[in-house]
Parts: sequence; structure tokens; C-alpha cells
Amino acid sequence: MDIFIIGILLGGAYTLMAMGLQLQYGVARIMNLANGEMLVAGSFAAFWFFTSAQFSPIFSILVVAPLAFAVNWLIYKIFMRYLVNRAKSEGQLEVDSILSTFGQSFILVGLMLAVFGGEYFSYSYLEKPFEILGQPYEQSRIVAFLFSVVLCSCLYFWLNRTRMGLAFRAVSVNPEAAGLSGINVPRASALAFALGGAVTASGGALLSMFLTFDASVGVIFTMKALVIVIMGGARDIRGTIIVAFVLGLSETAVASLIDPGLTLAAAYLLFILTLLFRPEGLFGRRSS
Amino acid sequence: MEILKYKNLVIAGVASIAMMASVSAVSAETIKIGASAPKTGPLAGGSTVTFWPNVKLWVEQVNARGGIKLKSGKAKVELIEYDDRTTPGEAIKNIQRLATQDKVDFILAPYGTGFNLATAPIFAKYNYPLITHTAITDKVIPLTKRYSNIFFTLGSTTTFSVSVVNILKKMRAAGTIGNRVAMVNVADAFGIEMANAARPIFKKEGFDIVYDKSYPLGSPDLSPVIRGAKAAKPDAFVAWSYPPDTFGLTAQAKVQGLNVKAYYTAVATAFPSFGGKFGKSAEGILGAGGINPDTEAMKKYFAAHKKVTGKTPDYWASGMVYATFQILEKSIEGVGSKDRKAVIDYIKNTTFNTVMGPITFKNQNNEKYWTVGQWQGGKFYGVSSTGRPGQKPVKPKPKW
Repeated sequence: MDIFIIGILLGGAYTLMAMGLQLQYGVARIMNLANGEMLVAGSFAAFWFFTSAQFSPIFSILVVAPLAFAVNWLIYKIFMRYLVNRAKSEGQLEVDSILSTFGQSFILVGLMLAVFGGEYFSYSYLEKPFEILGQPYEQSRIVAFLFSVVLCSCLYFWLNRTRMGLAFRAVSVNPEAAGLSGINVPRASALAFALGGAVTASGGALLSMFLTFDASVGVIFTMKALVIVIMGGARDIRGTIIVAFVLGLSETAVASLIDPGLTLAAAYLLFILTLLFRPEGLFGRRSS
Repeated sequence: MEILKYKNLVIAGVASIAMMASVSAVSAETIKIGASAPKTGPLAGGSTVTFWPNVKLWVEQVNARGGIKLKSGKAKVELIEYDDRTTPGEAIKNIQRLATQDKVDFILAPYGTGFNLATAPIFAKYNYPLITHTAITDKVIPLTKRYSNIFFTLGSTTTFSVSVVNILKKMRAAGTIGNRVAMVNVADAFGIEMANAARPIFKKEGFDIVYDKSYPLGSPDLSPVIRGAKAAKPDAFVAWSYPPDTFGLTAQAKVQGLNVKAYYTAVATAFPSFGGKFGKSAEGILGAGGINPDTEAMKKYFAAHKKVTGKTPDYWASGMVYATFQILEKSIEGVGSKDRKAVIDYIKNTTFNTVMGPITFKNQNNEKYWTVGQWQGGKFYGVSSTGRPGQKPVKPKPKW
């Protein structure tokens, strides 16, 4: 039971890392390699709010999310739109967006280095035990988990129950057909990209409560998010959520029952197995 | 993921261009000093606390004094700095470049054990003194035999693990703790080497290692590690850890109430941000390093560091980094010229008064250094050394 709870708490953290990338890649078709940097930017914002004004990282999301939404909207409008317009195929857009976001990640790392410096950042907020069934768990992790549950359910219902969400899913399945049936594809893509950025930065703000970070750590988050999104099948948000929890649970089980040294090995073993036996991902469809 | 590797390369490229542009031209005689250390990558978090602020502080102080005194008059320091992106290959290229293209007069030692060892052949080839400040290795004797230009200051791996065992032995003799030790390490060269060195010594001294596990660098959740250690009911907890996990383990130990009388985490325990984050909970935590922060020289150094860089130095290697710069400066002044060979000989045969106290090299090795420190009353005091005065007695760690 203890392993199960630690595992789903970690899974919650993983959904926060991967959810934004899923929106950006799944709907807007931008393979965003600057995803981790956006996350770290959220962490820095939360750190700054907390240390300079004792402002809770949870409430800092109220500022971080809209700001990240605006910034990512601009990034899409300034950097991405031309790539989308000139891309003849989905594959070309993927390659172009990888190169472009790759460049953006340097800019973001450089900016954060210049503003905050290169050292490690860590602060204590809700670093207190909360007992579930007699075992202590970090309050900050529980808060992050609850937030990720709320976020996932909101996104899920929004995508499945609203007109806008339907448009998103249509774009995700087939942008051309979606355009033909009257959906404003560029607008939906820009929104999805901006929304993804906002989700990622908010995740960063929450994760900063218990992860030590520095300006150049983003690539680690990008890698994790990529693995999760690809394993889940890029087109479906359910895949991302499930895989995040599966990874969290299996890493914790391996760490507790076998050896903490093997967690990474376990995660990448699952990744390789997925690529071998279900290369389209958990919820992906086989391309014909 | 080839692309991700490539990414660091571009960062460094941009960074080095920017840095070269910022080197200003000075008219009078100057001494060109080169520096290469991480500004990005995994070790940047350490070097931006321990190394770079000291470079800035030292250059500023020397130039405020009018420069380094040579026979031909005072020469101001002109600094050329590069980012090695925490990549040994890049570090080697940087040093090569500093020696052959920038033709600097002296090069400051790189940051971290691996980087000093990786670049030592280049330093030797062009006969630059390499006064290491952040290198801990058991290979001091073979290395100093092979390279007549290398100097070690911070200590050896085995001494660091032996000191921890000795501290625990003392606490056991005083009846504070029992025999049960939980030991964990980060699965990285440093952690593995330390754990391998400590394991037989613990056993030889009659300690019972009740939990002995490693975890990968960058683990997002260390609670299973602390859970496992706690379940083994240890009297002492020892972690050969790196900065992110030093923070992560301690946060978990606090949350889960791992109450041991002796709690040790290795690198970054001496960082001011560690004391800043954990505040009163840091009290009694043992860690690698330590200094005597109450000496006059140290107090002056802390104040100047804070004033010039806006940051507090760490309670371990920061002072040693600065001390090696002092040694270099004194040696150049002692020789009175930029003659590198003479400077190397001067370093070998002189006792230097540094911020860390007097330093003498015996077979190119400083044998007196701090090994274990402890947070006591908001400062990280050295509690064990190989012959430095002013160490404090160890206190049992209070409950979280």
C-alpha cells in the first residue's frame, strides 16, 4: 500500500511534467524540446514569488499560468506559425519544430542563467509529513498530486464534453479534415500550444516545492516528458496520464522491492518494450 | 536523442563568443589568466557557488590593489573565461585554446575531480602550474609523480570516508550511537568510489551496515530510499550524495522522521543554500568539508565575497578555491615574473598564508585539510580535519 501511494504521488508529478507536451505535440503537432525549460521557468517564478514575498507556490500559479499562456501564444505566433504554414507534411513540421524549439531552449537556458545565476535552487514549503494509513508523506507532493488530478480531469472533460475540446480532438486526429469541416485549425493549434505551455509552467511551479532545480536542468524534464508522451501515444491525453502513473508505480516498486539503483533501468525497459511491441504507443493508432 | 547532446555545444559556443567579446583591452602590462569551468550542465550548480564567484572576487581585489607585483612593475589581471558545459572533452579543448591561442600566462584549475584529471596532461604539456582546489582523489601519489606541475589541496577519497567512520566511532564510544549504519550513495563515480572506500572500513571497525543501496543521479523521488533506510532501524545515516540528492534525501528524512543521532550527507551540505533551506532543521547535520568560519581571515573573506559577488561562499571548497588563487598570486610575486617554471618551483618550496590558514605542499600535496563539518548554530563548522586548528566537538543531531 505504501508503495502504491508513493507510486501514484510520483505519477502525479510525472503527469505535471508531460501533460503540457502532450497538448503541444498531440494537438498543435509541435515537438517542443524547450518543454523542460518552460517547466524550469515556472519553477523559477514560484521560487521568486516564495522567497521575495513569501507567496505560496500554489497561488503563484494564478500568475504563472496566464503569463506562460501569453508567452507561449507569442512563441507560437512568432516562431511556429511560419513553420506550420510552410510545412508540406506532418513529418516536415515535426523536424522543423524540433530544430526551432531546440534553439529556443538555449535562449531560455541563457535567460534564466542571466537572471537567476547557475546555482541550485531549493526552498521549503509544505515540507511536512501528512499521515495516510500511519505512514508519513510529504504534503507538497500530495498537493501536487491533487492538483494534477484536478488538471487532468478538467482537461479530459473539456476535451470530451465541449465544442472547443471537440475541435481540438478533431485537429489532433486530422488537421486537414478538421479545417475542411470549418474548424479554425491555426487558432486551435495556437491555443493548444499556449495551453500546453501554461500547463507545463504551472507544473514547474508545483514541482519546485520538492525538486531541487537549476537553470540547465530542463533537459531532464524534457526527456521524461518525451518518454511518457511517446509511450502513451501522442494523440490521446489518456495515454499520457496512464503512462505517467504506470511509470511512477513501477519505478517506486522497483526502488522499494529490488534496488533504488534500478529505477531508471526499469523506466527505460518499459519504454523499449513499448517501442518494440506497440510503437504507436498505448492509445495510438497504427498508421496505415 | 543526439540532438539533445548537440544542444550543449551550441550553448557553449554562444557563451564563449559572448565572453570573448567582454574581455576588455588593457593598455599597461597585464597578466593574462585563463579560467574554464562549468557555467551550464550538471556541475554548474556547484561551480557557480564555489568557483566562479571566487574568480570574480580575486580578479577584482587584485586589480583594485593595482595588480600583481612583478619586477617590472604592477601588472593587472586580464581574465579570459570559458564554459566547459560539464563536458570533459570541452574542458580539454578550452585549456588547449587558452594555452595555444589566447596564450594566457596562467590558468586557474578547472572545477571538479574529473575535470582536473582530464586536463592535467594539457597543463603538463604546456607547463602551466595546476593548483587544484576541487579535486579529491586517492591517486595523489602517482599523479604528482607523473606531473611535476600539479598540486592537490582538498584531500583524498579514503581520508574523507575514514574521517566519517572516525566521527561515528567517537560517537559510539561516547554511547551516543550504536553499531547500525545505513549507507546510501548516488550511482555516479563519486558516490560509488566513496561507498566502496567506506564499506570495508565500517566493517573493520565493527559497524553493522544494515542498509546499503545506491540510487541514480537525478532521481525525482528519494522517499523509497529513506523508507528503506528507516525500516532498517539505523543508529547512523550516511549518504555519499551530490547536490540535488543531498537536498532531496534530507527533505525526505525530515518528512519521514528518520531520527538518527548521526546524519551525514556529502556534497552541498556545506552550501549556504542548504542552511537557508533547512534552517533550524539543519542543526547537527554532518557533511563533507567544513572550515573554521570564526578566524579573522575567514570572516574578512566572507564579508568581501558577499560584498563583491552578492553571494555567501560555501563552508568548504569556496575558501580553498580562493586560497589557491592566493597561492598563485603570491608565487608570481615571489618570482617576480611570468616564468611558469620558476613559479612551479616556488609553489613547491614555500609556505603560504591563505584564508584557510598556512598551506605547505609536501610532494605537491597539502596534507592538512578539513574532512567533516557540522551545522551548529547556523554555521557549518569543521569537526574533523587532518591537522587544521579550531575544530569543534561533534554534537549528536537533535530530532527534526
